[in-house]
Amino acid sequence: MSDLNTAMAAKYRANFLKEVEAVVEEGETVKMCMQCGVCAGSCPLGKHWAHPPQEIFMMIRAGKRDEVLKSDSMWMCTSCYNCIVRCPRGVQITHVMHGLAYYAKRLGVVPEGQPTQQVSQLFWDNLMKGGRVNELKLGLSIYFKDGFGDGIKNAMANQKLGMNMMKAGRMSPMEFLSGHTIKDNAGFQKIIKKAQEIEDAKFDGAAK
Amino acid sequence: MAKKEYSFYPGCSSQKGATSSNYLTSTQSMCDVLDITLNEIPDWNCCGASIGYGGGGELPRLTLSARNIALSEQHNAGQEIVATCAACWLATREAKERFEHNKTLFDGAQQALAEGGLSLKNQTAVRHMVEVLIEDIGYEGIKSGVKKPLEGLKIAGYVGCQTNRPFGIVGESYENPLYLDKMIESVGADSVPTYEKKVQCCGGALAMSEPEKSQEMIKGIIEAAYDHGADMIATPCPLCQANVEIYQNDINAKYGTKFDMPVVYYSQLISIAYGKSAKESALDGQVVPAKKLEELANK
Repeated sequence: MSDLNTAMAAKYRANFLKEVEAVVEEGETVKMCMQCGVCAGSCPLGKHWAHPPQEIFMMIRAGKRDEVLKSDSMWMCTSCYNCIVRCPRGVQITHVMHGLAYYAKRLGVVPEGQPTQQVSQLFWDNLMKGGRVNELKLGLSIYFKDGFGDGIKNAMANQKLGMNMMKAGRMSPMEFLSGHTIKDNAGFQKIIKKAQEIEDAKFDGAAK
Repeated sequence: MAKKEYSFYPGCSSQKGATSSNYLTSTQSMCDVLDITLNEIPDWNCCGASIGYGGGGELPRLTLSARNIALSEQHNAGQEIVATCAACWLATREAKERFEHNKTLFDGAQQALAEGGLSLKNQTAVRHMVEVLIEDIGYEGIKSGVKKPLEGLKIAGYVGCQTNRPFGIVGESYENPLYLDKMIESVGADSVPTYEKKVQCCGGALAMSEPEKSQEMIKGIIEAAYDHGADMIATPCPLCQANVEIYQNDINAKYGTKFDMPVVYYSQLISIAYGKSAKESALDGQVVPAKKLEELANK
């Protein structure tokens, strides 16, 4: 268990809702939920959630910290925003799910091999290198995320797709060597580093 | 028509050799006829899209958009930001509004930007290209440039998620927006206003991480278009376009379907209708060829 997880669990032991409100994106809207379940019925991947959104909200209030954070439910969010526009109470459901997912990642409690968590991290790391996404390298890193053997298998299975995209001029092998980047990458890195420091301070402050 | 100018945020996927480079090519052809000048935001960066949240967290992610807005305000002062990509538009507008309502986040972003010598005024409107077409040009305006009406074509307007929610287009409903149908009608084609899967999610970025779950939804989107007798699907979103077009072989293999449904951008429809060539309308960027549009372009 990470140090942050231990510290946060100790500080907010009796009140997971307060913990969510303190550190999770748009977490202060959770208490608005009235358990109508429209979010669950509106989610395109609804049937794949072990705990649909309204259940997650009730579990937060019930202090089921581990069950929520270790769940892979929020990683089912496709960011379609259907729940947000239909919620009669203005709960910022999509953002809360993103926030819970990110918080679980930060605490190191995401179920091992959760594919959307992996892709999400690969996407972020990819864009952080040069300020823009390198689609070819992103695609390859996703194929190879579970090791070399699986990577070759994935690459072979998707060979036709890759060839089609290249033929259509929508994938370029040149991206592997050079690729698109921003010019002021040094400035960009400084900016994001600072933002990351401020973000880190929010969590450190909440754990004290 | 009066010349219009915007600060343009093209986004990663529209770059040369990237998945929606055909969107950019056809947008440029369309804007050329409409006398719209798109001034690219110099040195713009990725917005984090809808999947970056798991890596970066709230402030780093919002700061990505803060840098773009700040660069736009510095170099393209007084011009509204226009994005063609749904995720770019959503992320940038979301950041702008979050900063308006949350001073802590705004101050944090400002502090971060200062490290790179930038500063955010956060006073710039962030719009989607379809808003420009609908609100600044108007349906009649779109219509007036048509040289080759897309007569006889039936096109299912697939709006998808992020051009529709959470912000959407003013005056349109989230459940059955009609603007894309009206745009399709404006260029002389038949629309499908009752297309059931118009605002159905394609899986978004989860097409990469959860391909089976996503492809099940994509199958429904394509099937419904066939049910209505549509010749093709048109969309305003790069990820919708890619997801619905490029996995058709995989879906056919898995489900025994025989999908061969072209998926194009509204900008390609308009560009063809305005008399631009197949190449200028980026029809060579299709994975599933849009033969009927090609025929029309070559007439």
